[in-house]
Amino acid sequence: MKLKKGIPVIDQGDRLGFWGGKFGGNFVPETLKKPIEDLEIQFNKLKNDKNFIKERDRYFKNWIGTPTRFIKLNNLTKYVGGAQIWSKVVSDANGGAHKIYNATVHCLMAKRSGKKVIIGDTGAGYAGKMLSMAAKKFGLKCKIFMGAKDIKRQQPNVKAMKENGADVIPVYSGSQTLVDAVSECFRFWVANCDTTAMCVGSTVGPAIFVRICGWSTSQISRELKAQLINEFGDVPKKLKLYNCVGGGSSSFGFWNEFMDYNKKQVEFIGVEAGGPTKSKRHAAPLTYGSKIGILHGAAQYVNQNSDGQIEETESISAGLDYPGISPLHCFLKDTKRARYTAASDEEALKAYQIVTKYENLRPSLEPSHAFSVAIKEAKKFSKDTVVIINSCGDAYKDRSILEKKLGKKYVKSN
Amino acid sequence: MLNPISLAFKKAKNEKRPALLTYTVAGDSSKKQSLEILQAISNYADILEVGVPHNTPVADGGQIQTSAYRAIKNGIKMNDIFKIVRDFKKNKNSKPVIFMGYYNMIFQYGENNFLKKCKKSGVNGLIVVDLPWPENKIFSRKCKKNSINFIQLLSPTTSNKRLKSITKDSHDMIYYISMLSTTGGKLKVSPKKILANYNKIKKISPKKNCVIGFGITEKTISNFKNTDGLVVGSQICKEITRSLSNRQNPVINVSKMVNKLRKKIS
Repeated sequence: MKLKKGIPVIDQGDRLGFWGGKFGGNFVPETLKKPIEDLEIQFNKLKNDKNFIKERDRYFKNWIGTPTRFIKLNNLTKYVGGAQIWSKVVSDANGGAHKIYNATVHCLMAKRSGKKVIIGDTGAGYAGKMLSMAAKKFGLKCKIFMGAKDIKRQQPNVKAMKENGADVIPVYSGSQTLVDAVSECFRFWVANCDTTAMCVGSTVGPAIFVRICGWSTSQISRELKAQLINEFGDVPKKLKLYNCVGGGSSSFGFWNEFMDYNKKQVEFIGVEAGGPTKSKRHAAPLTYGSKIGILHGAAQYVNQNSDGQIEETESISAGLDYPGISPLHCFLKDTKRARYTAASDEEALKAYQIVTKYENLRPSLEPSHAFSVAIKEAKKFSKDTVVIINSCGDAYKDRSILEKKLGKKYVKSN
Repeated sequence: MLNPISLAFKKAKNEKRPALLTYTVAGDSSKKQSLEILQAISNYADILEVGVPHNTPVADGGQIQTSAYRAIKNGIKMNDIFKIVRDFKKNKNSKPVIFMGYYNMIFQYGENNFLKKCKKSGVNGLIVVDLPWPENKIFSRKCKKNSINFIQLLSPTTSNKRLKSITKDSHDMIYYISMLSTTGGKLKVSPKKILANYNKIKKISPKKNCVIGFGITEKTISNFKNTDGLVVGSQICKEITRSLSNRQNPVINVSKMVNKLRKKIS
């Protein structure tokens, strides 16, 4: 299995949509073949269409707000004592997370194809919140599928979705989290694909959704590359990019522009959700060696039992609480381009405390996983090493969990 | 010699009626009971679809999901499902059995092992909901080699070009999904329109037995008397759920229902 240079990773799949011959694909009911094919034709055309790119960039700039900040975390650097620690504050983006890029692109595409309704799944509520924002912006009706358990634990985002006029549909089946929300969203699309566009909230699902999402979030690394050149004159000689990985959309977007660099120069570190220390359950299929299986239309490493039933996950962060992982990350793992590890719930909480103590930054529980590993590893690196953590979400949505786990003082300024 | 599935269609045709196919989930509500249900309804049904329960079913509506979750919760495993079929097939008058499920269960078992086990247990056909054409080309060829019918699905969104390629690659039976819906949806398309699509398929591929599924219930079934076969699934699963919550015997209730269905198309 080999990563090719000079070709975007999203375009490295084979004729049937498999990366490395075995990750991804289109394991979908016959009914969805046609809408997926339509979407493929539309996307392949649009991604090379200068007018569409211009339109996208205009909305990214004026509405989402690009570029998001790239800042040095001086106090944290001093505290850790090792590499320079920086952050790409993607939570600056309109709505407070990277999910806005994918949502905007899907709405632009839906509008062009004449669809009136757009549906989407959500875990932490960000994908849903952003889709509801974009749908409102572009005059589309919006339905968001969300696990009942997640609705309970991510109330601020649920409120935001409703305020944007979206229908939030609770999903009570299975574990009542993201995995079930995605299944339910698929089912709705199967029954309504003639009138409705579907947005998959991460780089998961049938191959076309993986590609559209990866293409959209790559905005993050495009900005970062320019910011690095502006700050250092060039891409640093020792660069380490830390990102949490749930479905994998923010990490893929954070890394994409640097794909062709030697990994000794630009290393990618993906941090999965290890779950509570005391629990056997986790949401880290790459770290803990899960087997390849089929989930939501794609072959990927996925938590499952020997029969092939998908296993329940457990994580403090709803956004990482997914048993599978993007086929793109499976590909990056097996080609050894990226390295994957996990942080536990407790480690993420601790990292959140450290970051908020030293910096004026409030990463949500998802990027707190990445901070945890970055802080640990940065100690051992030389001073000329540049460590960057993608702070891809804001902790506002996590206030009830943080209050419960850490006490009121950690949520006070929100 | 005709394979058991084609033979079942032929028998029904001789009686001038469509074949009746039922769908029940293996292990719903228990291993024993699902076997009893199969035995009871095989008096009236011509072909038995046995659902292999999966916990992330992207094409199933509420009723079948409920049945599947119930079976999984009661601990059903792939090997138990094979055993249910093997026990069912011990009866001389047993009817052909088709597995219906999702590809991950086959993938984890190993395609070759799975087919070997199917053959040994007496499974006659497979419907794999999320393994569409052309992705299923290699696997369907393997099925054929093992004398197992791989049943291709067609839907209202299938283009004419695809329709021709798929029917060409299909075995003795094809399955037409009546409408854009998950299983158990209300029939939202007129029977006339469904039959028009059905006839289009029959024109392209007159020799293959084509069944219609999705939205077929006691209420709607008599609209489709002039077809090769009809599948009823969600209504049966719903009847099992209803019986359980009313503390009635699902075996009796379901077999009564299937008997009624059969009478409506006879």
